[in-house]
Amino acid sequence: MKHQWLETMVKRPFWVIVLGCIVAFTLAAGAQNLYFRGDYKVFFGPENAQLQEFESMQRTFSKNDNVAIVVVPKSGDVFNKDVFTLVMQMTEDAWQTPFSTRVDSITNYQHTEAEGDDLIVDYLVGEFADVEITQQMIDKAKEVTLHEPLLVNRIVSPTGHITMINVTVQLPDKLDQTADVMEVTASVRALVDKYAQLYPQVDFHLTGIIMMNNSFAEESILDLQTLVPGMFLAVLIMLAILLRSILATVATLIVIAFSILAAMGFFGWTGMYMSTATIGAPTIIMTLAVADSVHIIASVNYNLRQGMEKSRAIVEALKLNLSPVFITSLTTAVGFLTFNFSDVPPLRHLGNLVAFGVVMAFVFAITILPALLYVFPIKPANTGDGKLTMMDQFADWVVRKHKLILPVTAVIVLAISAMVPLNKVNDVPVEYFGEDIKFRQASDFMDDNLQGVSTIDFAFHTNKESGINDPEFLAVVEEFSQWLRAQPTVDHVLTLTDTFKRLNKNMNADDPTMYKLPEQQEIAAQFLLMYEMSLPYGLDLNNQLNVDKSSMRLSIAMDNLGSKEVMDMENAVRAWFAENAPNIQVTAASPSLMFAHIGEKNMQSMLMGSALALVLISILLVFALKSVKFGLISLLPNLAPAAMGFGIWAIFVGQVNLGLSIVTSMCLGIVVDDTVHFLSKYKKAREKGQNAEQAVRYAFASVGRALWITTLVLFVGFMVLAQSSFALNGDMGLLTAIIMVLALVVDFLLLPAFLLVFDKKVYSSGVENVEQKQSESLA
Amino acid sequence: MLNKNNLKVWLKSVSLIGALLFANNLFAETAEEKGLRIATERKAADKGWGDSEAETQMILRNAQGEESVREIRTRALEVDGDGDKGLTIFDQPRDVAGTAFLNHSHINEPDDQWLYLPALKRVKRIASRNKSGPFMGSEFAYEDLASFEVAKYTYKYLRDEVVNGENCWVLESIPTDRYSGYTKQIVWIDQKHHRAQKVEFYDRKHALLKTLTMYDYRLYLDKYWRAHKLSMVNHQTGKSTDLITAETKFRVGLEARDFEQNALRRAR
Repeated sequence: MKHQWLETMVKRPFWVIVLGCIVAFTLAAGAQNLYFRGDYKVFFGPENAQLQEFESMQRTFSKNDNVAIVVVPKSGDVFNKDVFTLVMQMTEDAWQTPFSTRVDSITNYQHTEAEGDDLIVDYLVGEFADVEITQQMIDKAKEVTLHEPLLVNRIVSPTGHITMINVTVQLPDKLDQTADVMEVTASVRALVDKYAQLYPQVDFHLTGIIMMNNSFAEESILDLQTLVPGMFLAVLIMLAILLRSILATVATLIVIAFSILAAMGFFGWTGMYMSTATIGAPTIIMTLAVADSVHIIASVNYNLRQGMEKSRAIVEALKLNLSPVFITSLTTAVGFLTFNFSDVPPLRHLGNLVAFGVVMAFVFAITILPALLYVFPIKPANTGDGKLTMMDQFADWVVRKHKLILPVTAVIVLAISAMVPLNKVNDVPVEYFGEDIKFRQASDFMDDNLQGVSTIDFAFHTNKESGINDPEFLAVVEEFSQWLRAQPTVDHVLTLTDTFKRLNKNMNADDPTMYKLPEQQEIAAQFLLMYEMSLPYGLDLNNQLNVDKSSMRLSIAMDNLGSKEVMDMENAVRAWFAENAPNIQVTAASPSLMFAHIGEKNMQSMLMGSALALVLISILLVFALKSVKFGLISLLPNLAPAAMGFGIWAIFVGQVNLGLSIVTSMCLGIVVDDTVHFLSKYKKAREKGQNAEQAVRYAFASVGRALWITTLVLFVGFMVLAQSSFALNGDMGLLTAIIMVLALVVDFLLLPAFLLVFDKKVYSSGVENVEQKQSESLA
Repeated sequence: MLNKNNLKVWLKSVSLIGALLFANNLFAETAEEKGLRIATERKAADKGWGDSEAETQMILRNAQGEESVREIRTRALEVDGDGDKGLTIFDQPRDVAGTAFLNHSHINEPDDQWLYLPALKRVKRIASRNKSGPFMGSEFAYEDLASFEVAKYTYKYLRDEVVNGENCWVLESIPTDRYSGYTKQIVWIDQKHHRAQKVEFYDRKHALLKTLTMYDYRLYLDKYWRAHKLSMVNHQTGKSTDLITAETKFRVGLEARDFEQNALRRAR
């Protein structure tokens, strides 16, 4: 007899459990190597062109990771003694922020003016907070700031109702910056708390790159703390209802827990790190691991009720389920393994992690589970037989109405699927965070009131020492800056040409008509030298100029745009330079740009991955069903749910982010299980000589309830994931949950109707199927 | 376990420590006093050099590996009782060639500074508290290049240590001027000639910002040591600057009037 080794599970249950524990715990021990990376850079592999460009630009100029402290006086006016005192105190204290290299505010802005024949470069208000602020200082500061393009829409709003203190930090170069990010955040939060108490009439918001990184880390940890227990609870409740046996539930929970531990531990052994995307892995593994155990336990129960002796009931249940459980685990794993096509390392990690977890769930479900079931004093649970008639009635209805169901469902499937192209790839890091998250609120607030949080840095390379002092070059940059300012989406342009114009005015006795670029290279160079020699520590021009002054960096802040608009801006800029100044080499970089590119690129590679998943899974099905014809038929119920899911998404949301790029591959691997079960039963009945109608009834009767229950588990599991505060995980969970339901609808309506209409041929009977009655106690 | 020999050694050590403690109480020089003494000796060892002239290359590097070379000539005049006077003439980059920078440094008040811009043919006074700021975009701040004056810091002797192959005193120096960009400097001064061998600079948030290392000390006039390579590394930004001097000439006949405002125009 085949599968003799399965007998071991009941003959040596103790050894199987001990061995299982050893395997599980040996793997799990690797979990201590796991660490969490919260920074956004995890989304980009070291080979990512935009990341390389970004890092190169940071090395050439300076890093501009920042914390923006937005100061919002309730009075709606920044220009008064209270707020100035506050900003000055906070500015001085902000220099104490760990890793800070620069602090910019209205009070420490380096104002330049002419005094007689001399150039005065000084703090607009003061360096240290013990200066007594007079009305005269405030009036002057108001006059200066509201007319200074460097400050308006960046450090202060045009109406003067809010101001910002920008803290630039240089985190040490290392892979895992999470601890440093959290240290900076803790320090800045303490600073804000201190001043929020002293100045109750002022509100504060914290945003910027550091706060984004911090939110990635913080919200991930919160997610882990809520999603995993939530999922455990949901699984516990469902199992208790389904299995109606505490011990069987315990056995299943052990299989699930071991699978998760083994997968996470394995991940740790391979030296990997956890990130925003992989925190969803335990929830997904849990969801997928349930099905294997449920199918096996159901068969055991059925066998026991048939009066089989316990060890035989378990072995028979294993033999019956080995093949379908193996196939469904394999297809699921294949779906997840195609995540390796992704350009985003955490998504690749997620795929490999879950695939390993699914394989481990299969292994534990056919080893530890039966051994535990044997050791535990389990009695067959009495599951409701009343459902049988309901499923029969439903099958009846499908058979009677199939001529109507087929065209109606086909039209619905096609109509909804036709909406798929309306989806637009959009990756905006700020929007990965739900609107209830503080960072998102702060960023939205800043976007609405001061400047957008989408930024692009442009570097212009003249490839000539002192090349940036060349009047021709400066004229191009000036014209370009004006062009940028004319763009409706651009909030602020930080350009050195403004500084040059101001210096030229200052050096000409503050004559307003001289607010223009210097006309000779020597004059430009010497003005700049004089200005640079006047700047204090931390407020130099290193952020805008490289060491030999051959390159200049210009930064723009834009409205919180979609990734397409960000890329459009990049392309428009490149086109502008190609037309107006082809001799200047331009590079562009920023986190916004990195996310914009990765979204598009990843979508293309995941389409390839999904196509491969489809091919591989279809081949597996041909082997599993031992029929090319049924393999082809299965394409219909396998593809339709994902197509409809994305169609519905297009109608209600329309924005596709990184998290959704993996949904097709993943869903293919999962929904295929329903099809395998349904088609294999249908085929078996047909081969026994029954006609399509009888075979459809048989399929419904034998696996209908099992499918509906596993779908429920999957739906609940992914809906738990949908509660994540990250759009990446949340959207992925929600869409997958929708697709799980659609898959069941397709399998219950379209597939049988299709078979009833098109599969009329008479089958020869007598082909013995390895699969026998399966999961019937659930039916 | 104590055998006889070990016991002897142990007793010896105890009596030695006791003697040291006793001696320390007798002379009672605190770490602060020792630090101040070493700093005063350092200043005294360099007294009387008069005036000097040098040609220097300034090599700037960023974290990307880009390099930029600037060429400057410096003239200096020793001033008794205040900071020294310095004149810097820029030769490279070309578009600032001829620009001259005059600095009258003071111990605890802002320096007086002027810049001659050849493109305008005008001398401009720079009025700012920029001593913490970078000199010509380099990693050297003005205060790093200014003359050493005892009153600029308070001192504390920390320990002895070997640096650059020299036995050094390690001193903690805390700037007395609040406009300094530093909260602390750790200075290694060699015991043979009172030369600074290495300096660590701590920024206003008390984090290590830069390290300056001196190389290639040469002796002039049998008394005055000058380092011909100063290497400053910024640990926070990964940028660095080297100051390399080919030769220093002493007592070339410079006098106070060569360091006055109107001398700037004449400086070539």
